[in-house]
Amino acid sequence: MKHLVLATGCLLASQAAAQTPVLNVYTYDSFDSDWGPGPQIEQAFEAQCACDLVFTPAGDGAALLSKLRLEGARSKADVVLGLDTALMAQARATGLFAPAQVSADYALPLAWTDDTFVPFDWGYFAFVGNADGPKPHSFRELAASDAKIVIEDPRSSTPGLGLLLWVQKAYGDEAPEIWKALSDNIVTVTPGWSEAYGMFLEGEADLVLSYTTSPAYHVIAEDDDSKVALPFEEGNYMQVEVAAMTAHAPQPDLARQFLAFLVSDKAQSILPETNWMYPAVKPATPLPAAFDQIVPADKALLMSPEEAEAARAPALDAWRSALAR
Amino acid sequence: MALRAGALIARGSAGLLLALLFAPLAAILIRAGGGYLPAPADWAAVRFTLLQAALSALVSVALALPVARALARRRFPGRRLFIALTGAPFILPVIVAVMGLVAIFGVRGALNTALAQLGLGPLRIYGLHGVVLAHVFFNMPLATRMLLQGWQAIPAERFRLAAQLNLPPAATFRLLEVPMLRQVVPGALAAIFAICLASFAVALILGGGPRATTVELAIYQAFTFDFDLGRAAVLALMQTALVALAAVAALVFARADGSGAGLGRPIARWDAPRGWRRGADVLVLMLAAAFLAAPILSLALSGLPGLAQLPAGIWGAAMTSVLVALASAALTCLLCLGMAAGLSAVVQGVGLLPLALSPLVLGTGWFLILNPVIAPSVLALPMLVAVNTLMAMPFCLRILAPAYARAESDHGRLADQLGLRGLARLRWLVLPRLRPALGFCAGLAAALSMGDLGVITLFGTSGQDTLPLLMYRLMGAYRTEAASAVGLILMALSFGLFWLFDRGGAAPDA
Repeated sequence: MKHLVLATGCLLASQAAAQTPVLNVYTYDSFDSDWGPGPQIEQAFEAQCACDLVFTPAGDGAALLSKLRLEGARSKADVVLGLDTALMAQARATGLFAPAQVSADYALPLAWTDDTFVPFDWGYFAFVGNADGPKPHSFRELAASDAKIVIEDPRSSTPGLGLLLWVQKAYGDEAPEIWKALSDNIVTVTPGWSEAYGMFLEGEADLVLSYTTSPAYHVIAEDDDSKVALPFEEGNYMQVEVAAMTAHAPQPDLARQFLAFLVSDKAQSILPETNWMYPAVKPATPLPAAFDQIVPADKALLMSPEEAEAARAPALDAWRSALAR
Repeated sequence: MALRAGALIARGSAGLLLALLFAPLAAILIRAGGGYLPAPADWAAVRFTLLQAALSALVSVALALPVARALARRRFPGRRLFIALTGAPFILPVIVAVMGLVAIFGVRGALNTALAQLGLGPLRIYGLHGVVLAHVFFNMPLATRMLLQGWQAIPAERFRLAAQLNLPPAATFRLLEVPMLRQVVPGALAAIFAICLASFAVALILGGGPRATTVELAIYQAFTFDFDLGRAAVLALMQTALVALAAVAALVFARADGSGAGLGRPIARWDAPRGWRRGADVLVLMLAAAFLAAPILSLALSGLPGLAQLPAGIWGAAMTSVLVALASAALTCLLCLGMAAGLSAVVQGVGLLPLALSPLVLGTGWFLILNPVIAPSVLALPMLVAVNTLMAMPFCLRILAPAYARAESDHGRLADQLGLRGLARLRWLVLPRLRPALGFCAGLAAALSMGDLGVITLFGTSGQDTLPLLMYRLMGAYRTEAASAVGLILMALSFGLFWLFDRGGAAPDA
């Protein structure tokens, strides 16, 4: 059957190549992997757009933005999918993105008014540990305990930057003290999320900086309920993932259509169990219990893009000197 | 005449290499619209980078000395396997190797578990010593191979003479081995120093935090999070200057070898001392084997359970990786042969430079150059081959150049008298003498290329996964077991390629 579809596809492709428009979407690597949302999103969108959706993966969110900046106005990208609020100010300043006028009834813990960047999923950063391990309730309690943590580097990874902004948002001027107090809990700092999570699974640390939705993966895919995510009394910092169309999109209409599709029920119901994040719009069918919120909405912390951009450099300096001992 | 043609080819190859290296740097600088003055944090990164690289090089070579010496003078069953094993750590993908080291030396690692049983407190791996430990794990085997090659290049006749004269081990060491070491050690030190300069993930993870910030991390940050191309280019230039200094130092300190020509017979070591020295050699070899094999074995074991969950794309990715590896190996050998033909010190110095420019810098620069002309994603695999070739060249040149020089100095005059030139000279003089070195180079280049994530994420290819990329994707999707299994396949294939080439080139004695 598959071969028949393939053969028909090839035959049709040769005739239709001239007519079928191509929509180029740049995204981060794990979105387009076989285990990410990419393949299902592609199939669902192609079923309604009479177009060919092509994902081009590039590292993580930050690498994605720098790739687009390297290409500049010559870029063939119609849509960039997978930036977050910490990168939005930089992204906007490039002038490479255009408003898409897409909106939806967002189920985010905060109001969303931006007309250029379309939120498609979100999550909370959280320390993830074992059910029978230490479970501190705040940064102060964590710092006072002898629990060992692995974190990501804010200079090379999005979760690392998220943690930096989290401590900054929760503690402001006291942030350097918190980092100093945490320094003896930190086993090590890794370049990215994969290394940190891998080391945590190996047992190198009690806790790892990840997402509140991480345990959901272990429950749903591995039937393993031994992992827990910790809500903190200060609140947990949010990551809102966004997509936007480029100002020079060769296919602006398709790009708008795709962004609208991204917040439609079809796409939103694909995302939770492939990208392991909360959907930006409440899907028609309820989410599995493993996705139940553990952070109350009034404990959601997030800096505005401008605030985050302004806080980043000084917070980084403080982080580096606090941990460099 | 033959020499002039050789020099021409060498200069051509070195020129090509320089262009491949510096065109991207220039492109980045032009795009950035100028440079940038390094900040205090950058100088701190330079200091740490220098310190860890120097320590790693010294310790690697110091530990490699007794191992290579024992390997050179002892014959025992499993010796070939041991020598092949010395290729393994070097060719592991960084993240795989780090996980292997953590499994042995980490907080819950095998070593600390054993220590706890003895009632001893845990050893902490994270810190400068951890960085050095990891770099020694990667590079001590390489140093061993380089030194062993030096030992094997001492003509068999010298050892026979030493045995006839009944020289004590100390005298053999002073008269035969020290002159060889003075020639080989500086090159090995410089090569390992240069490799460790560009370390990023290993240094950060095992260094335990921002104390262990290297220049390479600062470059990554400048490219991705800050998009400060000027800063990235200036930092890359600083790194290049450091490698160039190391290369010059190695050339200054390396003394010409005075052991003279031999007939190329298999070396028999009648002088191999017995008694306690024999016990010491056995101990050295056993310790080295345990140090190298334990992390690899633990990786292999952790990869087994996931073999049942290997993703469908694994064999396509494996095929892509093998083809890229073979292409890189062929290109590397060709370019290195070309450069080794020149024998000039400058040419060899140039050969170390690719180590200073990471795949990230090269990839970004070439991306900027190619983007206006052609969609970079079309060129992802050729770029991967090109960058892998550049990265493998420094090692291969280090290995090939001395062998080439020896072939020419030992037999060049005879070949001149016989009028051997051009291809005939290559076929009858150079290639037969270079076979072991070439085999080692091809194996190294292929294996290095297999394990490298390289530029593929930057150039972005949908549907052309390589094994390391597949592994990262599985890790990024929580599928740790499957990722370990892909790591195992990657290790097996890298090692298989390395072994095939290395054995294929080996002289019966090696």
